[in-house]
Amino acid sequence: MAERGAAPPAAGGGAQGAPRAPAPARRRASPVAEPRALKWGLTAVAVLVLGVLLLLPLAVAFFQALSGGVGAYVASLLDPEARSAIRLTLLVAAIAVPLNAVFGVAAAWAVAKFEFRGKSLLVTLIDLPFSVSPVIAGMVYLLLFGAQGFLGPFLQSRGLQVVFAVPGIVLATLFVTVPFVARELIPLMQELGNEDEEAALTLGARGWQVFSLVTLPNVRWGLLYGVLLCNARAMGEFGAASVVSGHIRGQTNTIPLQVEVLYNEYNWVAAFALASLLALLSLVTLVIKAVLERRDVLSKAGHVVR
Amino acid sequence: MWSADDGAGRGGLDWGESVAVRLEDVSIAFGVAAALRGVSVEAEPGELLALLGPSGSGKTTLLRIVAGLLTPDSGRVWFGEEDASRLSVQQRNVGMVFQHYALFRHMTVYDNIAFGLRVRRRRGGRALSRAEVDARVRALIELVQLQGLERRYPAQLSGGQRQRVGLARALAIRPRVLLLDEPFGALDAKVRRDLRRGLRELHDRTGHTTLFVTHDQEEALELADRVAVMRDGRIEQVGTPGEVLDRPASRFVFEFIGESNLLPVEVRGGVVEWEGRALALPRAERRDGPALLAFRPHDVDLAAAPEAAIDGVVVASRRAGAWRRLELEVGRGRARLDAYVPQEVAPTGRVAVLPRAWHLFDP
Repeated sequence: MAERGAAPPAAGGGAQGAPRAPAPARRRASPVAEPRALKWGLTAVAVLVLGVLLLLPLAVAFFQALSGGVGAYVASLLDPEARSAIRLTLLVAAIAVPLNAVFGVAAAWAVAKFEFRGKSLLVTLIDLPFSVSPVIAGMVYLLLFGAQGFLGPFLQSRGLQVVFAVPGIVLATLFVTVPFVARELIPLMQELGNEDEEAALTLGARGWQVFSLVTLPNVRWGLLYGVLLCNARAMGEFGAASVVSGHIRGQTNTIPLQVEVLYNEYNWVAAFALASLLALLSLVTLVIKAVLERRDVLSKAGHVVR
Repeated sequence: MWSADDGAGRGGLDWGESVAVRLEDVSIAFGVAAALRGVSVEAEPGELLALLGPSGSGKTTLLRIVAGLLTPDSGRVWFGEEDASRLSVQQRNVGMVFQHYALFRHMTVYDNIAFGLRVRRRRGGRALSRAEVDARVRALIELVQLQGLERRYPAQLSGGQRQRVGLARALAIRPRVLLLDEPFGALDAKVRRDLRRGLRELHDRTGHTTLFVTHDQEEALELADRVAVMRDGRIEQVGTPGEVLDRPASRFVFEFIGESNLLPVEVRGGVVEWEGRALALPRAERRDGPALLAFRPHDVDLAAAPEAAIDGVVVASRRAGAWRRLELEVGRGRARLDAYVPQEVAPTGRVAVLPRAWHLFDP
């Protein structure tokens, strides 16, 4: 290393090393590093699996969507039924996601900052939608609000149609997406503790000021991340929505439901054109998520060292 | 370190009025575990009172009750003539500094310090103008010598700098009382010493009534006007550092405050007897019976006459700074004693010692 006339460290530190350097100096392998062959082998397997299972289908979807040309692609997106499906999906997400965000923040706040009886029950309940099949969730709402259901006739007599209408789809979507924001925030808030809030209180901040100026900014990235995942799920939800929607074309079909209808009619171009919208959404979500995670890691790296 | 002449002395900044803080028979329990059992203590206006005790002794609980972050099960807190028990956290107007800083991580140094001023838009019926807030924040930044770091975020500061931000933030609101919860607990020894001195100087200038929680006896004795030694949710003794050192109220205080030797003895007619021999000590004002002779390793002299002293064998002899620390095994019970003797004295084998200053406690 300290050899006279040796190349500057930048050159010597290259992966291949200087040709005249002795073998041990060339590869300063760490004891936990795997052999090169294993490393590449594992990477190749991972890439292959991802490629076959994820990238290939995604590519096929876009390929199919565009197989009739750009004109057919655009036309199938502008079809009134397709437009209605897009509008409904956006509407459902616009209602379900903010509600979930509010609920998630409230639940995480309660779980992370207070001790109360039934806390573990609440946490379990928040997780319930993860373990219950979405179809079951849809069925439950059908039983509750359907024509022969528990509350259905009562609501119907007052002119409120829940099942086979927008309210039912919103409810089913809410059920399925409940855990997303809360699950994201609970561990984060638990880790942060109460001290910042206490400091704000002693400095004279009122409850709402503490929340909006201290608590919320502290969890903003986690919250955004949860909202993003929640939104992706809300727009893509199929099972629960399928049961309660009734598949009324142009009225109660969301994008995933409309895709299925078109697919069953062998209308490949239209089906995949709509599907490509959802695929695009998930890609955008992934990119934003990656960016957020990067920010999160950066900001954490700063404050973990106390 | 903060004594630099920045022209922002008592006249330059309005620190707010300091009040006496009085706790009256305060008790609190968490579930079945009592954290404070009938604590009464008072800090005079402008006094720096240290709450000293081992972890779990209730000192932080007491501080949080003064701040209003905890409500006691019984008892009252007085700020001067005002019953603070009736006031909310916000109304109490206390400046609190936390062990782990509790700085707002998404705000700059400047915004952290300004926080208390901005959320209290009205103070005494008058809103602080933007310029007034700015002037005050800048003066505080100067006071704790963080000039040039205004735009930094807490994550970009060292531990000592963060705690100075915490202090400036607490002082910004013109607190009636300053509460410090192990403020230097998370810092290394050198920074601790600097901040300790800085805090003392700051206190001398601002004159806030200050309650200071620590488990470090050295810190408490060096900083405080008076020390309240706590144990198991009670106050064992309140006194000046000198009083607590020289006249410990209990064996616990004696042992907690510094290095200690304890030796079982008998008192008979004012004479202290150890293993049947009368020690050459002044008369003890104490009823007859068994007792513990307590003395500091620093208060030990080598004795000339072993028959009226504590004699034993040197089992270890080590340099400790300017002193030599002897470890002795004494008596039939082979009790261990520590004694500091001058560096150049290096006795070996059998030695006899007598304490210069000592106390007698119940066994």
